[in-house]
Amino acid sequence: MKTFTNRLRLAAPRFTPGRAVVIAMLFGPAVSALLAFGAVAAQEENAVTIDNFTFTAPELTVAAGTTVKWINHDDIPHTVVDKNKSFRSKALDTDDSFSYTFASAGTFDYFCGLHPHMVGKIIVK
Amino acid sequence: MAKKGLDDQGKGFGRREVLECMVWAGTGVLWTVGGGVPHSVGLIGEAAAAEPAGFAFLQMSDSHIGFDKAANPDALGTLREAVAKVKAMPTKPAFIIHTGDITHLSKPAEFDNADKVFGETGVQIHWVPGEHDIIDEERGKAYLERYGKGSKGAGWYSFDDHGVHFIGLVNVVDLKGGGLGNLGAEQLAWLEADLKDKSSSTPIVVFAHIPLQVIYKEWGWGTEDGMQALNLLKRFGSVTVLNGHIHQLAQKVEGNMTFHTALSTAFPQPAPGSAPWPGPMLVPADQLRSKLGLSTVTVMQGNKPLAIVDKTLAG
Repeated sequence: MKTFTNRLRLAAPRFTPGRAVVIAMLFGPAVSALLAFGAVAAQEENAVTIDNFTFTAPELTVAAGTTVKWINHDDIPHTVVDKNKSFRSKALDTDDSFSYTFASAGTFDYFCGLHPHMVGKIIVK
Repeated sequence: MAKKGLDDQGKGFGRREVLECMVWAGTGVLWTVGGGVPHSVGLIGEAAAAEPAGFAFLQMSDSHIGFDKAANPDALGTLREAVAKVKAMPTKPAFIIHTGDITHLSKPAEFDNADKVFGETGVQIHWVPGEHDIIDEERGKAYLERYGKGSKGAGWYSFDDHGVHFIGLVNVVDLKGGGLGNLGAEQLAWLEADLKDKSSSTPIVVFAHIPLQVIYKEWGWGTEDGMQALNLLKRFGSVTVLNGHIHQLAQKVEGNMTFHTALSTAFPQPAPGSAPWPGPMLVPADQLRSKLGLSTVTVMQGNKPLAIVDKTLAG
């Protein structure tokens, strides 16, 4: 994404202003679409991030069959443990992730097994 | 506060400065036990020179071997510095108590490196695990295989030395969501049985990773059922509680009980509530060693109190 826009910018001086406008008109919608896609990808709709000893979002609602991914951005390891023991990650070091597929509806309260004051919730509908 | 003391460069400490160090300084705490009440006698070297009749042991904590992030890219290096201080002590400590988080990720190589450096002290070490020591695939097996010989459950045990009863507790397993550190019913029952035949005049030293008392609930700095353990210890004339986990000095005296948390040898953490979260605290590189350390505990024979002295790696 970033590389693509950079290339456009670098390429621009080689064109006359008129041609640049035409190119912008041709590629504009495609670039916008790519930008929009990039924004969604960065958020990773069904992802929970761990930053500063906090699960974000602390509460996430997903449809049954959804795979949720937890990613640890802290420089301290964390774990993801379901209160009712249906899932438990190994220790996630910096940038490690853990995924779990929620097959059926229910509410899943989870916490970090190392720092249990860190809590979160997944609601499966 | 203790800045003057920390920067002293061996020029000598007044009583006031020693007391300040006792509260907030620290490379190692020197604990002196005598007559059952803990007190501070001075820095490691001075204590040994001034009180030759007792015995001293060290508390070291939170080595986090394997940690290599910005707060300290070389946790093994700072442990080596701490061990060099131990080796340089004029009187060899009787033993070392390590209050957990030996490693950062419970990896075999991290345990190996820790063992190698701690081994250079030539002193026996009594361990308890921190939560970072039981995150191997089999959740604590690696720790128990290495350090669990003769222990019960997740690694708790007791021993006697120089008339003092020492108890190592484990409060980092089976933690409950939303809760704090946890001892559990099995360990509390063991503790009750362990203390049953002990005379109330026996000095007690209890050590565990997470503080037994609640220091800051919002960050999980306390033990859910810690009060149950402390209630079992109430009848004793002298109880000293040594903990780690919070990577900073905190000391409190309540009746016959003295609570002390040691510095880490790896990285500092913020004071309770002083930051939005409790993670490793980044300090300027030239200040790091003034935030790391170990503690010396001197146990005096006769009617003298036990002393704890914290010393930083900067001193």
